[in-house]
Formats: sequence, C-alpha cells, structure tokens
Amino acid sequence: MMIVLSMVTKSLFIRRLPGAEMNIVVRIGKADFDVGAECRALASHSSQSGAVVQFVGLMRDSNQGDDVLTMELEHYPGMTERRITEIVELAQQRWPLFATTVIHRVGVLYPQDQIVFVGVSAAHRHDAFQACEFIMDYLKTEAPFWKKERTLTGEQRWVDARQTDQQALKRWQV
Amino acid sequence: MSVPAAEVNKTGCTVASLKEFLAERGEVWREVVNAENTLCAVNQDIATDDDRIVDGDEVAFYPPVTGG
Repeated sequence: MMIVLSMVTKSLFIRRLPGAEMNIVVRIGKADFDVGAECRALASHSSQSGAVVQFVGLMRDSNQGDDVLTMELEHYPGMTERRITEIVELAQQRWPLFATTVIHRVGVLYPQDQIVFVGVSAAHRHDAFQACEFIMDYLKTEAPFWKKERTLTGEQRWVDARQTDQQALKRWQV
Repeated sequence: MSVPAAEVNKTGCTVASLKEFLAERGEVWREVVNAENTLCAVNQDIATDDDRIVDGDEVAFYPPVTGG
C-alpha cells in the first residue's frame, strides 16, 4: 500500500522539463509500443549514430512456481517520470549517447505483453550496450512501479522485490 | 492497491516524527510506516528519517519497487 500525504496546503509540485536538447523521451502509460518505430526514432538524431541497443521486458506466464494470468502495474505519477529522467541523465553523463527512450506500461497486462522498453543510440556499440543495461538496472530498483499478479488459483499478490536486482545495481556504483 | 491520500497538520517536523504521528492513527498506518523496507519520498525525492517536512510538502511512503 502506498500512502501519499499533502501537508496542509496544496501540494507543491516541482517538475523539471525533460531535457529536450538531450533527446530524452520518457513515456509511462497503458499504450503498447512499436520497437521498430522506436529504433528508427533513436537512430534519427544523428548521422553519426552507429549503434542502437534496445531492451524489451515481457510479461512471463509463471512466477515462483505458479501460473500467472494477469499482471497489474501501478506507479507514482510524477515521481516515476522524474526519477527515470534522472537515471537517463546519469547514463548520459557516463557514456556519449545521442538519444535515449524509456517506455513503461501500466495497467493490466497479459503473458508475453511488452512491459518496458529502454533504447539508446550512440556512435559505438560498447557505450550503447553499457548505457542500456545501466538504465535498466537503475529502473528496476529505483523507479516507483509495483506489480500485482493474479495466479491461476485466483490468488492476487504483490510481487516481491528481488535481491538479485540490488546486486545488479552494485556493479555500476564504483 | 488503494492509494489513500490525506492532509496532515504536522508542519516543521522530521520524517521520523511524522511516522510516529501516523502510527498512532491505527494498525494499517502502523504497518506501512514502520515496515523495515518502507521507503519515503518528500516532494517526489527519496527522503530519510532526518529530513524535515514543511507546509506544502508532498510526502509518500511506499514498499520496495518491482517495475521493469
């Protein structure tokens, strides 16, 4: 359960505009995405683009030994977009990237549905591979999303965070 | 997941003292704010127990994230 409190008066929302000049796109919503179209968009930012690396996360039909029928994704509107933009900015400071796109779906999803997309373009593959994995590892552990799954037996349960995701993050923190 | 929102008159306190205040409201609140792995964000930035909360701040408590 998430609790959001606003202290007495109206909430103060401090939102930075996504860095358009850094070619950062962050989209959170119910809509599916077209990997081919995203790839072309990423490549289009520079004639020096020599590498596009994309990761697509899909919903699996089983978890912890149980068949999973549906998965419902929730997020913290505002903070989620902001945190992902910050993660992308960290990646852009570390590797020379031309463009970065992060898409994450919310709402009810079914097995083999696309959940998440991380795509980067760079001059060379090494930077693109590294940056894509860095963004995905940070997103898994820091972007406020939560998954609730419904199993074949009708049980509804919140998915637990994984220790392996925390370990994956550590290799970037040197 | 229900997402209850509330207004609280507790300005100028720390996150820790807000947690104590909320825990006294009942079992559901106590479970959320006192859980070992509960995270706190103030104005949508991760906060710690020592951070201060002032009038107009937005405070959220939530469990470890499981996106991606």
